[in-house]
Amino acid sequence: MMTEEETIAKTERKEQKMIQQELKQPLSPGWVILILGVALLGCVLFSVATGALSISFSEIVGIVSYKVGLTDIPIEEQQKEIVFWVIRLPRVCLGILVGAGLGVAGAALQGLFRNPIADSTLIGVTSGASLFAVIVIMLNIKFFGIINEIAGAYTLSFAAFIGAAVTTALVYQLSKITGEGGVATMLLCGIAINAFVGALTGLMTYMATDEQLRTITFWTLGSLGGANWTTVLSVLPFVGCSILFMPYLAKSLNLLVLGESQAAHLGVNMVKLKRGVIILATMAVGSSVAVAGTIGFVGLVVPHIIRSIFGPDNRYLLVGSAFGGAIVLTLADTISRTIVAPGELPIGILTALLGTPFFLYLLWNQKRNRV
Amino acid sequence: MIEVEKIHFSVKNKSLLQDVSFKAKTGEFWAVVGANGAGKSTLMKLLSKELTPTQGKISFHNKDLKKYSLKELAQKRAVLAQQNVITLAFSVHDIVLMGRYPFYDSKPSQRDLSIVDHCLQKVGIIHFRDRLYPTLSGGEQQRVQLARTLAQIWEVREGFIFLDEPTSGMDLLHQYETFQLAREMTQKGYGVIAVVHDLNFALQYADQVLMLKKGKMFAIGNAGEVLTGENIRDAFGVSVRIFQPDDSPFPVIIPEATPVAIV
Repeated sequence: MMTEEETIAKTERKEQKMIQQELKQPLSPGWVILILGVALLGCVLFSVATGALSISFSEIVGIVSYKVGLTDIPIEEQQKEIVFWVIRLPRVCLGILVGAGLGVAGAALQGLFRNPIADSTLIGVTSGASLFAVIVIMLNIKFFGIINEIAGAYTLSFAAFIGAAVTTALVYQLSKITGEGGVATMLLCGIAINAFVGALTGLMTYMATDEQLRTITFWTLGSLGGANWTTVLSVLPFVGCSILFMPYLAKSLNLLVLGESQAAHLGVNMVKLKRGVIILATMAVGSSVAVAGTIGFVGLVVPHIIRSIFGPDNRYLLVGSAFGGAIVLTLADTISRTIVAPGELPIGILTALLGTPFFLYLLWNQKRNRV
Repeated sequence: MIEVEKIHFSVKNKSLLQDVSFKAKTGEFWAVVGANGAGKSTLMKLLSKELTPTQGKISFHNKDLKKYSLKELAQKRAVLAQQNVITLAFSVHDIVLMGRYPFYDSKPSQRDLSIVDHCLQKVGIIHFRDRLYPTLSGGEQQRVQLARTLAQIWEVREGFIFLDEPTSGMDLLHQYETFQLAREMTQKGYGVIAVVHDLNFALQYADQVLMLKKGKMFAIGNAGEVLTGENIRDAFGVSVRIFQPDDSPFPVIIPEATPVAIV
């Protein structure tokens, strides 16, 4: 009889051979990034080309190669060059960042709460940002001399980000005081604080004038209309941090699937994990909401889409959701600025309108696959 | 080796465990028995560092359990808990591979993968390898969790395995196989501490039995010495008869029809 040591060594050799033969391993994160990266690139090209002034593919190549110095000849219509660099590209970049931020945060939070319906609204990011934004709209910036000096035209974004951070911190601290710090307590605290902050926002809305109401409504529906290179660069570090560091938590999030105590038995420090996910998610979503308003459904649906394609493993899911979010938002924004041109449909309407049937389809499909 | 010295555990002045001491060596199979609410699971949680004793001390390989980091512990002992609900569609292979997570950084080595397959084989679920965990029945899921626990401890020298009701939901054959496996692991030099409900299994497989009653040690020692009719009646409130069938090496415990009140 073989000893167990030999059996293991034998299967080891066998599997090595098998892998050499047919690469029958699940997709590595590299492949997921490659596939989704190509898809995203396609969407970006489509998006920058489409609009009131359409730019052809060859023109895009011309514009870019002129800029980087590959050719000395500018394209014939200089107007297109300006549209490309000043209007289209920053907007597409902002869409990518906001979408990626919402996607990765949604995926991580669903993992942390072990709940497929979790998204960033649950920990108070969105409602907090809304409240502060509404307050700023109501008080009409001029009262805030100091903030205005620092933040300038970005007072609204600045306030929204602070609101997101403060509310999330409040939810996090409350969950530590009221319970043993389990994620279930945090979920409940999030719901409570959301209701409270929502009521305050409602109160503000009640007192608002017609003019202010219009601003508030448009803000809560979300838009990438405010995009320029400054907003892109101010969002980049926050979302970038989140996307870079979140994948390091993937293994721990996978173990969390087994339950909080089982994960701890396998060496996961729950306090650190929870803090990490919350901080990174708040950075990503807070900055996104700050520049683009509340864009619903992306953080919820995108992780589900990625999960149904690449499986539930967080090592693919987190990166995949960042790419997925970017793709979805880039496309949604392209539609939002072309469908009622020269006007612009708030992007939040589109994501929810298109997201809902798709989400229901996913649920139906899941059920069908299970039986 | 695990040394438990006079540990107490209480929550809000309610004492759940009092004055428990024992010493479990590697190569031994310890069964923890007792009625519901006797403190068995609490003891397991204390041993696995999920809870810390309010008084007393637990040493693990001659080092205070408190001084271990979670990561260190994960590489020295494996825990199988009672409830294991997983809703996401992970495959059986993925779940068992999670047992290897403490041992690799980003990519599992060939060795990790072979250990996973071997553990699946050991528990007899290699044919479930690619099935989705949520689609399995309760007993099957429990066997997957057992395989995961084995995978975690597989290459650890003098490792400990804590099992809290490992056989819940399993059919007779697999209950038997699970105990057989635990026994085999002790022969390989692991220490096994398990909460066991079926006293016959405890009698048949355990070297040492710790009997708890209302949070206190009621009896401790060799399986045959602890699992006597008298002890079982006092701790569980059930009168039993213990037979020694001629053709079996183990005695058999059978409850009598009418229960008596717990004193």
